[in-house]
Amino acid sequence: MAVEYIQPEYEVVRNQERCIVCRVCERQCANQVHEYLKDSNRMVADDSKCVNCHRCVALCPTRALKIVKSPHTFKENTNWSGKAISEIYKQAESGGVLLSSMGNPENYPVYFDKMLLNASQVTNPSIDPLREPMETRVFLGAKPERIERDEKGRIIRSLPPQIQLSMPVMFSAMSYGSISYNAHESLARAAAELGILYNTGEGGLHEDLYKYGKNTIVQVASGRFGVHKDYLESGAAIEIKMGQGAKPGIGGHLPGEKVGMDISRTRMIPEGTDAISPAPHHDIYSIEDLRQLVYSLKEATGYKKPVIVKIAAVHNVAAIASGIARSGADMIAIDGFRGGTGAAPTRIRDHVGLPIELALASVDKRLRDEGIRNRVSIIAGGSIRSSADVVKAIALGADCVYIATAALVALGCHLCRSCHTGKCNWGIATQRPDLVKRLNPNIGFRRLVNLLTAWQHEIKEMMGGMGINSIEALRGNRLMLRGVGLNEKELEILGIKHAGE
Amino acid sequence: MYRNVSGCAISGIISRSGKRFSGERIIESVATMRERSNGLGGGFAAYGIYPEYKDYYAFHIFYNDNAAKKECETFLEEHFDIINLSRIPTRKIPEITDEPLIWRYFVLPLPTKLAASQLDEREYVVRCVFRINTGIDGAYVFSSGKNMGVFKAVGFPEDVGRFYKLEEYEGYCFTAHGRYPTNTPGWWGGAHPFSLLDYTVVHNGEISSYDANRRSIEMYGYKCTLLTDTEVIAYMIDYLHRRIGLTLDEICHVFAAPFWSTIEGKPKQEREELKFLRNVFSSLLITGPFSIIVGFEGGMMALNDRLKLRSMVVGEKDDMVYVASEEAAIRIIQNDLDRVWSPMGGEGVIVTVEGVKN
Ligand code: SF4
Ligand code: SF4
Repeated sequence: MAVEYIQPEYEVVRNQERCIVCRVCERQCANQVHEYLKDSNRMVADDSKCVNCHRCVALCPTRALKIVKSPHTFKENTNWSGKAISEIYKQAESGGVLLSSMGNPENYPVYFDKMLLNASQVTNPSIDPLREPMETRVFLGAKPERIERDEKGRIIRSLPPQIQLSMPVMFSAMSYGSISYNAHESLARAAAELGILYNTGEGGLHEDLYKYGKNTIVQVASGRFGVHKDYLESGAAIEIKMGQGAKPGIGGHLPGEKVGMDISRTRMIPEGTDAISPAPHHDIYSIEDLRQLVYSLKEATGYKKPVIVKIAAVHNVAAIASGIARSGADMIAIDGFRGGTGAAPTRIRDHVGLPIELALASVDKRLRDEGIRNRVSIIAGGSIRSSADVVKAIALGADCVYIATAALVALGCHLCRSCHTGKCNWGIATQRPDLVKRLNPNIGFRRLVNLLTAWQHEIKEMMGGMGINSIEALRGNRLMLRGVGLNEKELEILGIKHAGE
Repeated sequence: MYRNVSGCAISGIISRSGKRFSGERIIESVATMRERSNGLGGGFAAYGIYPEYKDYYAFHIFYNDNAAKKECETFLEEHFDIINLSRIPTRKIPEITDEPLIWRYFVLPLPTKLAASQLDEREYVVRCVFRINTGIDGAYVFSSGKNMGVFKAVGFPEDVGRFYKLEEYEGYCFTAHGRYPTNTPGWWGGAHPFSLLDYTVVHNGEISSYDANRRSIEMYGYKCTLLTDTEVIAYMIDYLHRRIGLTLDEICHVFAAPFWSTIEGKPKQEREELKFLRNVFSSLLITGPFSIIVGFEGGMMALNDRLKLRSMVVGEKDDMVYVASEEAAIRIIQNDLDRVWSPMGGEGVIVTVEGVKN
């Protein structure tokens, strides 16, 4: 018998007294963890296959199941963690690059959790959102630096293309391919209902979803999959993806098994072929080239659509953003290192990039120092987990945030981080028809609407507490933030004071 | 440096026909609201007071000592034609102590310097004022407009008025401020009005949008050194009125923008204009309680925050218009009013003087 180097991380614990042998878990688990033993009329489980996605737990009618962390352990060692050892075993066996998905789970500081918000007392009244109007509408897009008037003295209201949002949150790019059609439909319908935008990601746009165009950002990435004139025309804005927070500096790879008929049509590639997005755009090797692409896209769409340039937060992000702001782009999307992904090399995901809070603060400051902050809107993404994160990001200087992981969690994702296997039991990161149909878009879209409606209420409550009744007055209002447990340098970069100051 | 937070009393009087009257009346008005001040700052802006020098910028400057004065005067001589200079007359009174040296200069930019700078005249003056205030230690220009002047000090406003002999000045418009700061700056420059060129602002309230406004306006070259709401509002007015060319009415729609629900109900042309202003100048929206009186050459504007979280009353009698935090402060100087009302939140009251450019 072969030596088993790697032991299961989890144990599937079944309460045999409760189990009625209905075999639901067996049918529900795409990882084939559960098995029915006919002879003994019992269910058994193979822990080694379990990814801890809770599908079986959530569907078991008698609550007979739970997944627990295995107490099995290596000899304690703070340097050589069990994870580090197991990864070596895996690579010694496979000779391959380690793959993972979703955002960086490692123990780096989360600056959102080290910032606190202000509230009014005495000298300035708080405002009750239930009694007074509380406004969260935002416009994204470049603002003119001067105004002109007609012969009657009226302001000529010509503006570069703008996007109007009911609240400063959008769904960020997740391609059709990396996630299912039903997930895409849920996002599109929720965006339309909420008055915000969702983003196609780099896989093109399924023809049935063109009708949500007003609420769609169409993405152009290095693979240029599914990009054609109608596609560009169909959305409210166009996003050039230069990078992604989860994997700065590298491209993407959708394995051929996921490229079925529909995806092949949408991406405009043969069925069953791997869809590979190169690391760079091969027509963009420097900032002048980016400018050309920005203008080609504007030219192709008659200067009617704003162009977003999305970059991963990397060390030199402020200077890069300043270059982008001068490239003709209308918006910059910055993606922090905790942003999610359908698949990324583990080492890249866990060791490359910057926290969005620091990147956002330094970009906003840099653009203001250069006097060009109004030329672009800033969209911040890369692990916005709650309405409090939204409020903090706006106060640091963002015009709007992008959420993706939070949206998937609303759709049922349990952050098992195995999207790259294509066997998402929740019907999200998969193309297997039997799994996809588990996500009902009628329910999915409702849950997304609920989530953001709840966030909007919370944002209004927090604004009201600060005595602010319109979100514009919160943007870049860093005096509303205080740091806790941060050092001088961190405070300086965030541009905030320490709590108690 | 920390942000200065304060509650306050404000008052303003203007003659629509441009008739000049003594500063006595504004002192009387603001004195009525003594309860709203705590003796830590008071001041006045007076318009039309220097008719004999009306084409010259009148600089009022505080100096900590003679060294600062010397340095500043050297700078002034390099950049301006100084046609008159003198101490500002004051009266020794026990209520006002520790006064700095207070000087007044009537100046015009040196034509050669102005031409070399390639700036328009007003921008040139603004830049020089900033250079003195941020570059010369112990010198502070607190008034820099034409045919107008700011007079301010640490003390109750009525004492400040007597200190500066305000009753001896005659102007067509006066505004006043009594301060109730929640901290103690003890520095004369920190009192209100705050001014730049002929724009002056007196303000009551505490704005919650402060840092959003400050960071936005600093992008256009203004430096907020006092960290008061009033300073940032004064710069925002200068920026929008002088540099961008918005009308005062439009500025009211930027500062205290109508709610979207109100905008949606307006006729198309107006709706589109309001939407444009809110979108383009969104960073200059002011939230939180405020009432302000803005003085400028040839007029006065009063504005409340969009929810009207601070009191403000307007009264009219013949060609005179009065604005104050409390009606009593108007009635004390004119009880027989033709009309008296409280403007709604966000509703600007703009009064201009016939025959004076603005
Ligand atoms: S992989 Fe998911 S469905 Fe399968 S046993 Fe584990 S938790 Fe249950
Ligand atoms: S999308 Fe599916 S596979 Fe990916 S983390 Fe969520 S539950 Fe797991």
